[in-house]
Amino acid sequence: MKTLMLGNEAVARGLYEAGCCFVSSYPGTPSTEMTEYAAKYEELYAEWAPNEKVALEAAFGASLTGKRSFCAMKHVGLNVAADPLFTISYTGVNAGLLIGVADDAGMHSSQNEQDSRHYAQASKIPMLEPSDSAEALAFVKLAYELSEEYDTAVLMKMCTRVSHSQSVVETGERVLPEQKKYEKNPAKYIMMPGNAKKRHPEVEARTKALTAWAETADINRIEEGGDKSYGIITSSTCYQYVKEAFGDTYPVLKLGMIWPMPEQKIKDFAASVNKIVVVEELDGFIETHCKNLGLSVSGKELFSNIGELSQNLVKEKLGGSVQEGVSLKEDIPARPPVMCAGCPHRSIFYVLKKMNLTVLGDIGCYTLGAVPPLGAIDTTICMGASVSGLHGFVKAGDEENEGKTVAVIGDSTFIHSGVTGLINIAYNESNATVIILDNSITGMTGHQQNPTTGYNLKGDPCTKIDLESLCRAVGIKRVRVVDPYDMEACQAAVKEELAAKEPSVIISRRPCALLKYVKHPGPICSDSEKCKGCKACMNIGCPAISMVDGKAKIDATLCVGCGVCKQLCKFDALG
Amino acid sequence: METKNIMIVGVGGQGTLLASKLLGRLLLSRGYDVKVSEVHGMSQRGGSVVTYVRWGDRVCSPIIDKGQADCILSFELLEGARYTEYLKPGGRLIVNSQQINPMPVIAGMAVYPENLKEKLGAIGIDVDAFDALALAEEAGNSKAVNLVLMGRLSQYFDFTKEEWMEAIEHSVPPKFLELNKKAFELGTARTA
Repeated sequence: MKTLMLGNEAVARGLYEAGCCFVSSYPGTPSTEMTEYAAKYEELYAEWAPNEKVALEAAFGASLTGKRSFCAMKHVGLNVAADPLFTISYTGVNAGLLIGVADDAGMHSSQNEQDSRHYAQASKIPMLEPSDSAEALAFVKLAYELSEEYDTAVLMKMCTRVSHSQSVVETGERVLPEQKKYEKNPAKYIMMPGNAKKRHPEVEARTKALTAWAETADINRIEEGGDKSYGIITSSTCYQYVKEAFGDTYPVLKLGMIWPMPEQKIKDFAASVNKIVVVEELDGFIETHCKNLGLSVSGKELFSNIGELSQNLVKEKLGGSVQEGVSLKEDIPARPPVMCAGCPHRSIFYVLKKMNLTVLGDIGCYTLGAVPPLGAIDTTICMGASVSGLHGFVKAGDEENEGKTVAVIGDSTFIHSGVTGLINIAYNESNATVIILDNSITGMTGHQQNPTTGYNLKGDPCTKIDLESLCRAVGIKRVRVVDPYDMEACQAAVKEELAAKEPSVIISRRPCALLKYVKHPGPICSDSEKCKGCKACMNIGCPAISMVDGKAKIDATLCVGCGVCKQLCKFDALG
Repeated sequence: METKNIMIVGVGGQGTLLASKLLGRLLLSRGYDVKVSEVHGMSQRGGSVVTYVRWGDRVCSPIIDKGQADCILSFELLEGARYTEYLKPGGRLIVNSQQINPMPVIAGMAVYPENLKEKLGAIGIDVDAFDALALAEEAGNSKAVNLVLMGRLSQYFDFTKEEWMEAIEHSVPPKFLELNKKAFELGTARTA
């Protein structure tokens, strides 16, 4: 049946059809839906792991026992999973193991735009790269065949435009492969030096064998074109931009496997055209490979290694003309994302700003605490960096900064990699105060369950990790819980914990305002008679409050009645 | 046929994804090659959101570039103005005249431009602006703005009412079907 599917949904369909049995992932835009859609198939076991390293190791374990397995992550998640990745390359697999990684060129929802293709080369693991949903589905099935035939994990590189675009796919039936058994094999699975030294040559031989496969593989195909002044080598969504811009004008070598790359096929293609142009987003990965083959190619001198490409960009750079749009000569104010009305993070950032603290931030919705008028965050690096960074800041800091610095981290991010930083704080005894913003969900990526919520990916009740007990267990004696809607209590708690001469954790606990089970009291009314227009309520950056004719006005369609603004009004105008 | 391009733009949370889902289903049922591209994540938190819908004999790129859109369907006035560069010369802007202030305007750091509808008309854009929110409320729920706008869009494209209804039935929960159908009807019936 023909149907429209997101690239991520098509990956999940591919998993189903290929007989995958085990999925373990950590959410991250734009990769999240691969796992969410996989969880909709009853036949697939699917779970959210605490982080990507755990997810990959769990998927490896499932492969070892003889079941086809999968794990998904965003590009920065692959950094977290890099440790097992490089050694799983040596052990190989039992049943097929596929790793989905989604890059985010243009940084629609990420802290950097690293190019994951380098990981394939560095870890010596083959990487497939689909250009639409139909290929995503087909490549998953192919990836499992390659994984089992060549005894290797396989990486499948997605990107925002493939993950989050719907295109037409034709679905098939689920076919279960022959069940494999686990057999002990210390030389293959115990990677201590003596064994690993013997495995490394196997890895190199495997890459050679896969390079040979790449020479004849259908997924690395040459599409003929009448005008041989250019020959274009491309992959992923860039292939679609090239075809959109030029149709079948120029010959195209479309690479479906980005590592290892065919050598002879590229050389033959180059010999058949006047000039080779590589069209790829981010780094000049294919370009470098071509240059290593001694070919003269154009790539990054034409196309930036920053941000996304598009059909117009491709056309213009290769001498084509594009249709201009109609532009309005007007300053259009930006519309940046904001914390939602009723967001429990808002008030805590107001308090931290008011106290003029240095705030080491982390990854999640609450990164928006950095945006004016809250503007309360000093740093954002990666998952967990707030807690570990705070330890260094406090330990090495001078007296001037003493008692003036905190870390803020969400519940899911804390479990992901904040807890190890907290162990360091306890063990090496820094006088640090960590604030866990516990909104009882993984918010930014669209409400995924996590180990602290009491529910699993399938929606079933499960063991709930108790944050207070966890913090105490790692050695933090001062652990307290506050309601972020009560700003006075929050400020008092932060003040006390900063003054204490030992490490402490404040859990700011209130569920995300968008969760369905959360009941709100209903919108607040503004009294224009009482309002003096002092704008004190504007300092929390609530999208439901604006100034109309010098008076505060509440948008009743947005306001949920959290009451935070009421606490700022000295004139009782908000009630 | 030449590929057709519609951009659906608005403010995160306004229901633009349902509109693109509905349109995608309709186009697929007509046998076209279809691509629908959206961006999730950070952009949804009340930020500016864009969805691209493309159909034809063979659609390659999932995105619409500047100067390529046949039509922009905008859930909010400022968002309609933001993306005019994506319209083809003579392209059409169907826009809900509702104004939602972005944070820089709320915070007093920027001004919401005045008379946008007239300014857009003055640069040659075929503007169909109307109060879709009022019609959604008339249908029974302010959240039905998306179906009101779909109704208006239906006036400019050659699909049958049955095809639209089939797509609506498959895209909205049964509980809200009548409400959404009513919103669609109200969108088709009124003129600016």
